[in-house]
Amino acid sequence: MNLPQPSPPSRGPSFYEATARQRVNRLLDAQSFTEFLPPQGAHSSPHLALLGLPGALDDGVVIGSGTLGGKPVLIIAQEGQFLGGAVGEMHGAKIVGLLQRAVRDKPLAVLFLVDSGGVRLHEANAGLIALSEIMRAVLDTRAAGIPVFALIGGVCGAFGGMGIVSRLCSAILMSEQGRLALSGPEVIETVAGVEEFDSRDRALVWRVTGGKHRYLMGDCLALVEDDVEDFRQTTLALLAHWEETAPELHTLRAEQERLSQRCTQFCGLRDGLEVWAALGVPNPQQIPLLERDALVTLRQGLSL
Amino acid sequence: MDQLTFQFPAQPCKPSAKASLCGVVSSGNLEVLITQGAQPNGCEVSIHTSAQGFAPIWQAVLADFAAHHALGGTAITINDMGATPAVVTLRLGQAFRDYCGGAQ
Amino acid sequence: MPTSPPPPTWDTRRQRRQARLQRATQAGIGRHVEAARIKTLLETVIAPGDRVCMEGNNQKQADFLAQALSECDPQQLHHLHLVQSVLALPSHVDLFERGIASRLDFSFSGPQGGRLARLVQDRRIEIGAIHTYLELFGRYFVDLTPDVCLITAQSADAAGNLYTGPNTEDTPLIVEATAFKSGIVIAQVNERVEHLPRVDVPGDWVDYVVVAPRPNHIEPLFTRDPAQITEIQILMAMMAIKGIYAEYGITRLNHGIGFDTAAIELLLPTYATALGLKGKICTHWALNPHPTLIPAIESGFVQSVHSFGSEVGMDAYIAARSDVFFTGADGSMRSNRAFSQTAGLYACDLFIGSTLQIDLAGNSSTATLGRITGFGGAPNMGSDPHGRRHASPAWLKAGREAAGPQTIRGRKLVVQCVETFREHMTPVFVEQLDAWKLQESLGMALPPIMIYGDDVTHLVTEEGIANLLLCRTPEEREQAIRGVAGFTPVGLARDQAQVDQLRARGVIRRVEDLGIDPRLATRDLLAARSVKDLVRWSGGLYTPPSRFRNW
Repeated sequence: MNLPQPSPPSRGPSFYEATARQRVNRLLDAQSFTEFLPPQGAHSSPHLALLGLPGALDDGVVIGSGTLGGKPVLIIAQEGQFLGGAVGEMHGAKIVGLLQRAVRDKPLAVLFLVDSGGVRLHEANAGLIALSEIMRAVLDTRAAGIPVFALIGGVCGAFGGMGIVSRLCSAILMSEQGRLALSGPEVIETVAGVEEFDSRDRALVWRVTGGKHRYLMGDCLALVEDDVEDFRQTTLALLAHWEETAPELHTLRAEQERLSQRCTQFCGLRDGLEVWAALGVPNPQQIPLLERDALVTLRQGLSL
Repeated sequence: MDQLTFQFPAQPCKPSAKASLCGVVSSGNLEVLITQGAQPNGCEVSIHTSAQGFAPIWQAVLADFAAHHALGGTAITINDMGATPAVVTLRLGQAFRDYCGGAQ
Repeated sequence: MPTSPPPPTWDTRRQRRQARLQRATQAGIGRHVEAARIKTLLETVIAPGDRVCMEGNNQKQADFLAQALSECDPQQLHHLHLVQSVLALPSHVDLFERGIASRLDFSFSGPQGGRLARLVQDRRIEIGAIHTYLELFGRYFVDLTPDVCLITAQSADAAGNLYTGPNTEDTPLIVEATAFKSGIVIAQVNERVEHLPRVDVPGDWVDYVVVAPRPNHIEPLFTRDPAQITEIQILMAMMAIKGIYAEYGITRLNHGIGFDTAAIELLLPTYATALGLKGKICTHWALNPHPTLIPAIESGFVQSVHSFGSEVGMDAYIAARSDVFFTGADGSMRSNRAFSQTAGLYACDLFIGSTLQIDLAGNSSTATLGRITGFGGAPNMGSDPHGRRHASPAWLKAGREAAGPQTIRGRKLVVQCVETFREHMTPVFVEQLDAWKLQESLGMALPPIMIYGDDVTHLVTEEGIANLLLCRTPEEREQAIRGVAGFTPVGLARDQAQVDQLRARGVIRRVEDLGIDPRLATRDLLAARSVKDLVRWSGGLYTPPSRFRNW
């Protein structure tokens, strides 16, 4: 194996480490962000207080408008550090409202910075209803011709209902640190046992849910560096030529067919390493250490 | 959860922003929101904290901060999940700097 | 006629050893032992009342032999006296619960501390003493020499020569004490090979070798994920670098294993370099191969590192940096706990580490109620060796600060770096250490204090640095400690006028007194913010265990 030369890591502001507010401010054009329902109005969860838990003033999600490359966009950013970015009633209502506003105001795009383990269990059905409303609102927005991009690279990834929401978006941009799946690793281990999935084996978790795996599988459109600026540049580049097409029956059927085939093709494989080998990746063990550009080149060489 | 409120006398401040928010409500961390308050020579603080029984320490930390910063005319809202006094002071400093635009 | 006394015999230990080896031969056991017959061997060559050392270092463990001994018949083996540096495995404690062992001399028990305390309360175990590593190693050669030792190595050849791999740790020392006092040496190895990469223990010092069914367990104790370093730890690291390392010109040092010191390591390529300190501080280390030291090594800060043990995932990196680490002709590292502890005690000018409690005299301890854990090596390195005779600028400066320009000896710098509150708002600064209550409840001869207050020279907290060398009375010392104890009850009870005066004299220095901008104390200042960053710095040579990865 060719080892990379020792080198200091890139020093851009890390998307993974940033808070939702920092991500928004650094992603959009400088000084362009206007927050809707800002924290001084206090829109925190009524449920958490009943449970004796301190809420967050924004209920864990930042929404608003701004510009990207001079063009108007709407933006949603979940705060993964607050209760795992989980979706509660107020949190969900803010997202749905923002998406409905997109249908009305017709911005260039909606940027959805997903960082969430899914539904907020404290709020039970209210959270579940909120998630289903978000799914519908994403599809409504796309049907109105406005692209919704999911940007995944935070501490919580995109799991549960937010994993579904992400896949309903027009495109997904992920960093290697990002994770995308339905059931989270701990959930799988709890339900099916540690033999089925060892959630503490972090390298395994990333090999089956992480950004590199999702990119090799074609589940995300772009693999970006863990750097807010790279998320910004990649989003700009994609939007420059983007034509939003509303999902149609025949494309959905084709996608369903593709996923069924994938299910058969990889049935029984238990690790990203095995899947990558089946994809024809030479020397799959090298994948976790590859830098982004090298991985992108490698994927272009695969007949996917 | 404890809900606490305090009031401190303080020199008036010259805000350069309507509000500033720093930090996140997560384990060992807190969010601090500074907005305009009612008293030009005083600062009102309202706290929700998951850690119970630490009112005297909050009082001491905030009084020390108020003694060293011109907080007059501000209202501070805090949501806390067990942050240590060092982290509280750090976040207060960051939020106050943003509120005053760097002039302290 | 008076009968003359029988002539004295001077080789009873050797005769006893021969008899035991012979019994094993009669049982059909030769030098190379099948794993299935290991219990028979142990029951044959160990006798009731023996002093036994099971190699339990703080990293690698002779886990197969420990398990086998714990399953032996208590009718045959009982009243064993364990003499070993670390009591880390459940099987170690099982020996006492099953009545096989009854007495213990040790240094550190870590995760077994709670079970150990219960056994003491139930009077099922007698503790000789909780030593520092060097004391226990010393006593191996004085009055606690093992009769039998159960050790572990990477591989053995047909002649019984052993290769330990980079985790040499305590093995050579234990074998030396046992083999040269007519004891019996039993080694578990991961594999038998034809040719060893190098010989760490000669075969004629080893009596029995068994290939264990599973490789020996090695715990990655020294890996700190940079992602978990807080802004407060970064601020304290800046204070330590600017207010202590730079001012005393610390070149030879040892670090503790906490996140506070990991932060210092990760600020060397950034903050310390910006202060122009490269080549002036932190050049020579007694330190395990901390992954967080990689950026400083790659930046050219570090000239030499000698290690107590290795660290999981660091072997390839160490082998590729033989100018820095101690490596054999085969390329792999040889560590040695005894030598590195000696280096930490005598050859270093500074020790810095963290703790759980500090009292008004500066005594510190990690002991908590209901647990007997010991301290391993920290008390050796965190003490001022009065026997030291060589001078260095740092050592002289500290000595003169303490006792004036005419002093005839210097001082080692012993620094405790703590945030004033730990998690769950537990104050670090206390009126009385839990160690005293622990001593009382368990009837110990000494309170389990990790570092004695009179050895501590500096305290670093988020509130500033207290230089205890400059305190002239116990009262001043107490106020200097209170003066950096923040909003803990100890800190709130300070005499503000006296603290102000200490600050005016430079005994206490705040962040602003040190010329440090607290706004710089962000995670952007870390040379690596994640384990992946450390891998990048190493050029892919560092291969961290899975639990530390998010890729």
